Amino acid sequence: MGEPAVEARGLTKRFGALAAVDGIDFTVERGECFGFLGPNGAGKTTTMRMIYRATPVGGGSLRVLGHEVGRGENDRAIKRVIGVVPQEDNLDQELTVRENLSVFARFYGLRGDVARRRIDDLLELAALVEKADSRVQMLSGGMKRRALIARGLLGDPALLVLDEPTTGLDPQARHDLWDRLRVLKRRHRATLLLTTHYMEEAERLCDRLVIMDRGRIVAEGAPRALIERHAPGHVVEIALEDGDGAEGGAAEGGGAAAGPRAAAVQDLRDAAERAEVLSDRLLLYTGDAEGLIARAAHLLPERQALVRKATLEDVFLKITGRRLIE
Amino acid sequence: MIRLPGGADLELALAVWRRNLTVYRRTWVMNILPNFFEPLLYLLGLGLGLGAYLEGGLEGRAYVAYIGPGLMAAAAMNGASYEVSYNVFVKLHFARLYDAYLTTPASVPDIVLGELLWAVTRALMYGLAFMLVLAGLTLAGFPMLTSPTALLLPLALALTGIVFALLGLIFTASIPVIDLYSYYFTLFLTPLFLFSGIFFPTSRFPHGETIAWFTPLYHAVRLARGLAQGPVGAEHAVSALWLAVLAAILFVFVPGRMARRLGQGEGPSLGGF
Repeated sequence: MGEPAVEARGLTKRFGALAAVDGIDFTVERGECFGFLGPNGAGKTTTMRMIYRATPVGGGSLRVLGHEVGRGENDRAIKRVIGVVPQEDNLDQELTVRENLSVFARFYGLRGDVARRRIDDLLELAALVEKADSRVQMLSGGMKRRALIARGLLGDPALLVLDEPTTGLDPQARHDLWDRLRVLKRRHRATLLLTTHYMEEAERLCDRLVIMDRGRIVAEGAPRALIERHAPGHVVEIALEDGDGAEGGAAEGGGAAAGPRAAAVQDLRDAAERAEVLSDRLLLYTGDAEGLIARAAHLLPERQALVRKATLEDVFLKITGRRLIE
Repeated sequence: MIRLPGGADLELALAVWRRNLTVYRRTWVMNILPNFFEPLLYLLGLGLGLGAYLEGGLEGRAYVAYIGPGLMAAAAMNGASYEVSYNVFVKLHFARLYDAYLTTPASVPDIVLGELLWAVTRALMYGLAFMLVLAGLTLAGFPMLTSPTALLLPLALALTGIVFALLGLIFTASIPVIDLYSYYFTLFLTPLFLFSGIFFPTSRFPHGETIAWFTPLYHAVRLARGLAQGPVGAEHAVSALWLAVLAAILFVFVPGRMARRLGQGEGPSLGGF
């Protein structure tokens, strides 16, 4: 039982010349919620697909719930103990919610009264009792996602893999789903593995996470610890406009020609411990937010400035120089 | 759990089969009517209509009796073919149902076996419904089913269904867009339907018999006609064996082709990263 839920060493997957997953190491402990955070195309979904046995392992080693993945000889045993909530809605549109669950119950060897009880429990957990006999087509996006989660839980999995569980949902449905996933984690002690490109989702749900970019893991740890390490303190965020002189390394090349505000921007950058310039914003990382925002109000009174806590988005920005969602 | 050759699990295959039955029970009126009536219309239109002008009949039987058994084989062919073409393509590419199945203990061979069993079920539904029509016509005085070997017809229809289900699955696993089925139906199944000895002997054209011998519907028709009306000879055993060998060969290849389509082979996944 002490064995990790998932253990990857030098895990690789290539598609032609592209290394979708480029030699990554990670360990998911049992009972934790472990996240893969990164932009689209970072290799998160490919990593998931190797774990839930939808695609062969390209290279390196991978152990899932005590089974060596190897060339697929343990696939059936692995798939019996993991549940998968895919990114896309692949519910059976021609069936009702209950019929969807019945078909999948059989795949997990459940039948008769045992299957019926399990399906009733899961319909309740997913708050779909009233929609049980509706065709899947009639459900809202949030309901479909809950139906997918119920389907993923049919086999009473030791590991539940959620690929972008709230992508495409409206904010209300997203928060509702987060609550449900937290309940699931608390009550059922299942190991959760999720991918997301929403830093808020990762921060709220994950005990630990890795940040992926271009097939590699660029950071690993608990969300708060990652923020403490890479983007400590607060962020002063100033809205900029064209010609404010923050572009292209500010003062070096410009001087007076860069515009009257360039000197002010440079002054603020010097006062912060670290600064990032985005297309429309200046981010100043500092331990003294109050002092810096007062200074900004004085130097750039016509620009909006606000103070916020640093997030995983800031961590990603610092490590990769790019934003999570472009 | 019952393991079959190729690693398929019968329980899991039957879960796929049951899913199809659930959907079919809801839509059978829409589905079964056109597909089933097509060969029946040929039987009435050509058999009783055109047949009236063919006074001597064909090969010693009334024309309607000549074409009856072959049309029954074609009904089985159609039942299987419609199932494994559009329906399976939609599940494979649009609904992405197989991707969902594959996240459970089910594997590609289980899914292929389940779809195969269902396609054979539909082939049997169509074939046996047609057989009932032939039995009724026999009672009405048309010599359709005149040999006791007609009791073996369900086996021949199942074998026909298996062969065409597997051929269709190979085609489905090979094409990237759904529009290509018009080639399969118009350039493959329609010529088979016309030139496999259903309506006239294959020897009508030079080398017709030789060419037809290498195609599946010819054997399905010859077998059906022999069993329905006798006398059964060595050539019917050859046809049964021919179909069985082809089925066995195709059965080896289909799961691999399907696996590649589902991104489980070594090639790139169609589903992206």
